[in-house]
Amino acid sequence: MLTDLTIAQAAEGLRKKEFSAVELTKAHTEAVEALNGRVNAYITVTSDKALEAAKKADSTLVAGEAPPLTGIPLGIKDLFCTNGVRTTAASKIIGNFVPPYESTVTAKLLENGAIFLGKTNLDEFAMGSGNLTSAFGSVENPWHRKDDASVLVPGGSSGGSAAAVAARMAMGATGTDTGGSIRQPAAYCGIVGLKPTYGRCSRWGTIAFASSLDQAGPMTRSVEDAAIMLSAMAGADPKDSTCATVAVPDYRAACGRSLKGLRVGIPAEYRAPGMSEEILAVWQKGVDMLREAGCEIVDVSLPHTKYGLATYYIIAPAECSSNLARYDGVRFGERAEGATSLDDLYEKTRHNGFGEEVRRRILMGTYVLSAGYYDAYYLKAQKVRTLIQRDFTQAFEKVDVLLTPTAPTAAFARDEKPEDPVQMYLNDIFTVPASMAGQPAMSVPVALDGKGLPLGLQLIGKHFDEETIIAVGSALEKAAGFTARPDLRAGVSA
Amino acid sequence: MSLDLATTRRIAKLARIGLDDQEIEAVRTQLGGILGWIEILDEVDVEGVPPMIGTSTHAALKPREDAVTDGDCQEKVLSNAPDREGPFFTVPKVVE
Repeated sequence: MLTDLTIAQAAEGLRKKEFSAVELTKAHTEAVEALNGRVNAYITVTSDKALEAAKKADSTLVAGEAPPLTGIPLGIKDLFCTNGVRTTAASKIIGNFVPPYESTVTAKLLENGAIFLGKTNLDEFAMGSGNLTSAFGSVENPWHRKDDASVLVPGGSSGGSAAAVAARMAMGATGTDTGGSIRQPAAYCGIVGLKPTYGRCSRWGTIAFASSLDQAGPMTRSVEDAAIMLSAMAGADPKDSTCATVAVPDYRAACGRSLKGLRVGIPAEYRAPGMSEEILAVWQKGVDMLREAGCEIVDVSLPHTKYGLATYYIIAPAECSSNLARYDGVRFGERAEGATSLDDLYEKTRHNGFGEEVRRRILMGTYVLSAGYYDAYYLKAQKVRTLIQRDFTQAFEKVDVLLTPTAPTAAFARDEKPEDPVQMYLNDIFTVPASMAGQPAMSVPVALDGKGLPLGLQLIGKHFDEETIIAVGSALEKAAGFTARPDLRAGVSA
Repeated sequence: MSLDLATTRRIAKLARIGLDDQEIEAVRTQLGGILGWIEILDEVDVEGVPPMIGTSTHAALKPREDAVTDGDCQEKVLSNAPDREGPFFTVPKVVE
């Protein structure tokens, strides 16, 4: 089936004329049509535009010299502004926003020949760990527990992207990761998710959540595909002053590189109390596989790990409260009716437009930045953040890469959603520290748990050293031989 | 720590988020819970530690030349306006 191919295989097949870009795209638009009613992975479907682009891709392919992603159908997280295509951030407040510009990352993908199938669902403004806060409804994880019909969450916030890739409703997708929003849903859906180094990809045209943390990255079904997509997405951008002017390597060349003599760190602090035996066993399996591949396994310590989440839930809301101040109903977005004063207009608009979790984070951020509390919370958190980054810097003096679990559990069911926000936040316990320090990190699917759900392992690398993560990730992928597919996918449940 | 009602109302006002009494109470409890959990940071000695501002370690922020890089895009700027009149954004009358 065309929908089962990897990006690398499809790119080769297109060049060998085994199938056309129109055929490949059509297979995917049909999968979206058949499955989206249930999975809800896409907020906006752009099948007509995709098929039109596929025709052009076919002529480019005939002419030769086609860029690497020519004719490859992708899903785009609905946080990336796309010129002329509705971009909602899964929020009511900009539910009808049609950007008159293209984000840098999506522009680069288009220049590389990619075809966009539509805009994928997410937690509202990327705030969530279960894709339960979208104003356009929740996403269903295409995986289910054995003999159990419970609807599981795909993880968050890039849950629509993860579900679309897992269910073969896209060959790959873009995600954004602020505290784990690429890696955790990738783990829950059994795919690869790569958060690059902060500054590797431009944030221009991506709707902002927490500017010192947000980073775009690829979500794919293989490490090689992630490498191919990242090469297209990364690179300097004069429109984003925090985007690094560092050359972009050919990431694909790092796949299959020898790991002889590479030092892999195992951070003691990631052995959290109450962690499931299954996660611990998968972690151990990863250690064994990398040792077998020639790596030296080194015990390391990241002493401030346990403070990562608390620091995150001060800094991210602080930045979000500032970034989301622009949504006031005046220049764009929904505007509430019947306001009696300007403050009333703002308050009504923002109350109606934002969902509960977004409101909670704006309030939290407003509190930690307010007079009298700034030093005790925000400034303190920034200092702890320095210590978290120092932990990584010191660890990377001894090792080349770190191996940890991606998430403390497999995907949970919608009706198991914790009522306590703090419990919900704990899903990101292993992904947040790397985000705080700006390190690149990737989740690779490694095994199924006893209930038949995918579990992922996380590789954390040095700044701008995505290549080592990709090299180690591809070895892990090969050794794990993870070929399981979700029960809900193109051609099966269609 | 617990948050009192007056502080919660003040925060909601500062955030221009418009909460009713029932929501204020729910938020007060939830934020109190989060703040209680965050107290774990009191264990960390940050004496002499500089705050980390941003994440970039590769270089200082690059200033950009102060020049017009686009322009003549009035229609684009106004294209998502909730309400407009000619080349202007309009808002409801709020001053009598």
